[in-house]
Amino acid sequence: MPTDERRKMVEMKGVVKYFGRLKALNQVSLDVNDGEKVVIIGPSGSGKSTLLRSINRLEEIDGGRIFVDGIDIYDPAVNINKVREEVGMVFQSFNVFPHKTVMQNLTLAQIVVRKRSKGEATERAMRLLRKVGITEKSDAYPNQLSGGQQQRVAIARSLAMDPKIMLFDEPTSALDPEMIGEVLDVMKTLAREGMTMVVVTHEMGFAREVADRIIFMDNGAILEQGTPEHFFTNPSQERTKLFLSQIL
Amino acid sequence: MAPVRRRRKKIEDPGRPVIEIGDGAAIPTKKDAGLFNAWRIAFFGSLAVVVCLIVFKPDPYLRIFAFVPDGIWVTFKVTVGSIFLALIIGLFTGLGRLSTQKIISGIASLYVEVIRGIPLLVQLFYIYFALGRIVQLPAMTSAIIAMAICYGAYMGEIFRAGIQSIPKGQMEAARSLGMNKSQAMAQVILPQAVKVILPPIGNEFVALLKDSSLVSILAVADLLRRGREFAAETFTYFETYTAVALVYLIITLFFSKLISRMEERISANR
Repeated sequence: MPTDERRKMVEMKGVVKYFGRLKALNQVSLDVNDGEKVVIIGPSGSGKSTLLRSINRLEEIDGGRIFVDGIDIYDPAVNINKVREEVGMVFQSFNVFPHKTVMQNLTLAQIVVRKRSKGEATERAMRLLRKVGITEKSDAYPNQLSGGQQQRVAIARSLAMDPKIMLFDEPTSALDPEMIGEVLDVMKTLAREGMTMVVVTHEMGFAREVADRIIFMDNGAILEQGTPEHFFTNPSQERTKLFLSQIL
Repeated sequence: MAPVRRRRKKIEDPGRPVIEIGDGAAIPTKKDAGLFNAWRIAFFGSLAVVVCLIVFKPDPYLRIFAFVPDGIWVTFKVTVGSIFLALIIGLFTGLGRLSTQKIISGIASLYVEVIRGIPLLVQLFYIYFALGRIVQLPAMTSAIIAMAICYGAYMGEIFRAGIQSIPKGQMEAARSLGMNKSQAMAQVILPQAVKVILPPIGNEFVALLKDSSLVSILAVADLLRRGREFAAETFTYFETYTAVALVYLIITLFFSKLISRMEERISANR
């Protein structure tokens, strides 16, 4: 399928966001096509997370428009909950529900939001736990799991809603080094299966391997974007070169 | 007006130690060995004193202890009724205080500030007689409503603090899964907040139990009022109030213990 005929899953147009007087997003425009994997990199405070969080309206924007699967999500008439059902989000701090078992973490939104029966939700949850490799922990509580396991539960919990797009906000930044791999492996599997993904990360190996496109942000703006080859061999901006030299 | 706008969590400044002493009974914990022993001495000591008084001085103590149990039952009904109503009021007040809608949070905050600024006894009189002008309710019902309105404000603050103590990411995760605000609150935030707010609510319960003695001035025949009636008839003021104080003490200590047991079980179940 030719790329330009693909459906646009995310369409951001001139998005502006202030935190007080600080301009967190400065006229950002970005399209993400169906099945595309976009990795966003950049120094801290550059607006990467804010950009990601605005895609499911965890941040309200002060200007511009954002469409998710063709729906203008900042239109007051739009039911944002409906949009969010289709957009999975994985957080740096996992945010698994500590008062629920792993299984209940995965079934809760399926039952409450998707109105699935308990049996159906459990079956789907079990399948996803197998996929992320923690079937034996389904009755455990999150505090009995390692960070890597918790993050995989969080990914499975999002996937249980059958999202059309997955957003990852520095999913491995809070993990001990030895657990990063297991989470990245799950994400790579997802990528291979064709999931549309937008990933904010500092894992350059992952970016190089998985990304269709890498976006470099600085001071709330997209400074440069291109394929991993372009980025890691021959970035055009001085700021990008400097950042890469610091991080690699 | 006192600062109504959002108060930040006090945990944020690690340099300054925070002490919190409620006006409820000190709830004994296992680790606190001194207090644990003090509880035993106080509880079993007062039970022993009651038994001794009845055995060695049946007149008037046997008559007093025969006369006041009706009042214990009334005290119990007032306490349980008020705490239930106060919990409901408190839940909505706490949610209201956190509402993004200015009018709702304004009303909730105003309620809390006004109630906390007026002595409980004055409020009781005020609400009791204000209610009496509108509807004719039995004294007990009015007293329960008045106590609940007073304590609802404090409960509201407990609920607010409990909800705010849950990390922001929990709400974000729930909302990201497509839950609306109420679903996220009911399924994710409140179940976690309950564990945080249970100890202070236990404290409030014991405090309310003691404060319920104030309703005796509203023609409600609670423990204290029964004692007053008995004393006025027999002129045994010292003996009667000794008995009344002992009964309050035993009940209060009993519930403190019960609540601390409950807490232990909850924290054990995580």
